[in-house]
Amino acid sequence: MTGLPAIKVEKLVKRFGKTTVLNGIDLVVERGQVTCLLGPSGSGKSTLLRCVALLEEANEGFIEINGTPLGFASGPNGERVRLPAAETQKVRAHIGMVFQQFNLWPHMTALGNVAEALVTVRGMPRKDAEQRAMAQLSKVGLSDRAGHYPSELSGGQQQRVAIARALALDPDIMLFDEPTSSLDPELTGEVLNVMRDLAESGMTMLVVTHEIGFAASVGSKIVFLDQGKLIVEGKPEEVFGKPRHERIDQFLDTYLDRGAATLL
Amino acid sequence: MTFDLDLIILYLPDIFRALGVTILLWLAGSALGIILGFVVAVARRYGPRWLDLALFAPVELIRGTPFLVQIFLLYYGGPFIGLSLDSISAGLLGLTIYGAAYYSELWRSGFVAIPKGHIEAAQCVGFNRTQTLRRIILPEMTMLLLPSMVNMTILMLKETAILSIISVPELTLAVSALGTKHYAFVEGFAILALIYWALVETCSAMGRYAESRLSKYRFAAS
Repeated sequence: MTGLPAIKVEKLVKRFGKTTVLNGIDLVVERGQVTCLLGPSGSGKSTLLRCVALLEEANEGFIEINGTPLGFASGPNGERVRLPAAETQKVRAHIGMVFQQFNLWPHMTALGNVAEALVTVRGMPRKDAEQRAMAQLSKVGLSDRAGHYPSELSGGQQQRVAIARALALDPDIMLFDEPTSSLDPELTGEVLNVMRDLAESGMTMLVVTHEIGFAASVGSKIVFLDQGKLIVEGKPEEVFGKPRHERIDQFLDTYLDRGAATLL
Repeated sequence: MTFDLDLIILYLPDIFRALGVTILLWLAGSALGIILGFVVAVARRYGPRWLDLALFAPVELIRGTPFLVQIFLLYYGGPFIGLSLDSISAGLLGLTIYGAAYYSELWRSGFVAIPKGHIEAAQCVGFNRTQTLRRIILPEMTMLLLPSMVNMTILMLKETAILSIISVPELTLAVSALGTKHYAFVEGFAILALIYWALVETCSAMGRYAESRLSKYRFAAS
């Protein structure tokens, strides 16, 4: 199993009605790598991530997690065969997901949010689950906020609780869907720091982000999507360094246009 | 004509007995209506499409006709289809069905109001449908729907007065009987208004207390 990639996406196609959002994506994420998905809005990067999280079902193609098919397996003639729900749940347990909107459950404290699945899904006694949840909260620097409800936490704190909630189940792959896009610039840093620590600890991560600085410094691989297709992939220095792909140039220009150019 | 308070005091034991019937029917009818309404809402949302369509008509029919008409038809029309009920049973059944139609719509609005992401987050940590319903959707709905549920329950209390027309021995019937017997309508209906009002205020106060206890759970700004 060691040689197998953590995530393997093969010829993935996803349509919403008549719109093709993903148009044949092939992607491999190696174990321990941090892969950052970049691209303009509507390029399909969030949809790709949501397919890997099985929040969306692709129309064609396959996804493998640690070599095990997720949701659908390939039949003898290459047709898609839906796998039983129990099997899918088992594969899914390897994956943790962090959302742009945090999505903490408002009727539970920070500690309750982190401990909940350990009790409900894993059947752990509440006391043990809370102990483990507390350890996760202190890893993201929030042990002093354990008793607070989401409405009593800042956006950055909520997102860190959401990361702790996903980590509590001990996944070996973490997915991040624009984790800092709904945060003030000042709060973005605290979330990125937690993610940086996580990357350094060897976690396999697939991150949809607009934080180019984070992608360049933490990413092992950059994947650039445009109109449902994978346009460029490579190490950050290859993707951002010169000579650059024309489309990357355009994309970076829009960042500079937003006022950053005046600083240069 | 004088306001005869002594008459009211004389009849207080009767009034209290009738008040007991009113409260019992109100609480039982509301509780059963809330439960049946939940079942209807879940069936319409998660059941097959034909079930949703099949339940649409009765819910709209109940919400589109006066309770007075419904209870009349149930009590006097029931025997034609082999449903002969005594007045209290008919009253309870009528209240339950009437309440269920309204409560089911409240539950439905609750299902819609819960952010999709909260359910996706539950899916991502491995919750199945039942676990998501029990641990996430129901508790979140409780806090979302509490004010409108309290409001509907207050309306249910006032609808119990209608049961007097099928001779359920409840408060309004007892007081009108007193009025007819002694020609003391003003006294009777004044005390009637006060009692209903007191019950409504008690119910609202309990609702406000519960809301303040739940205020911490308010949806976080994001």
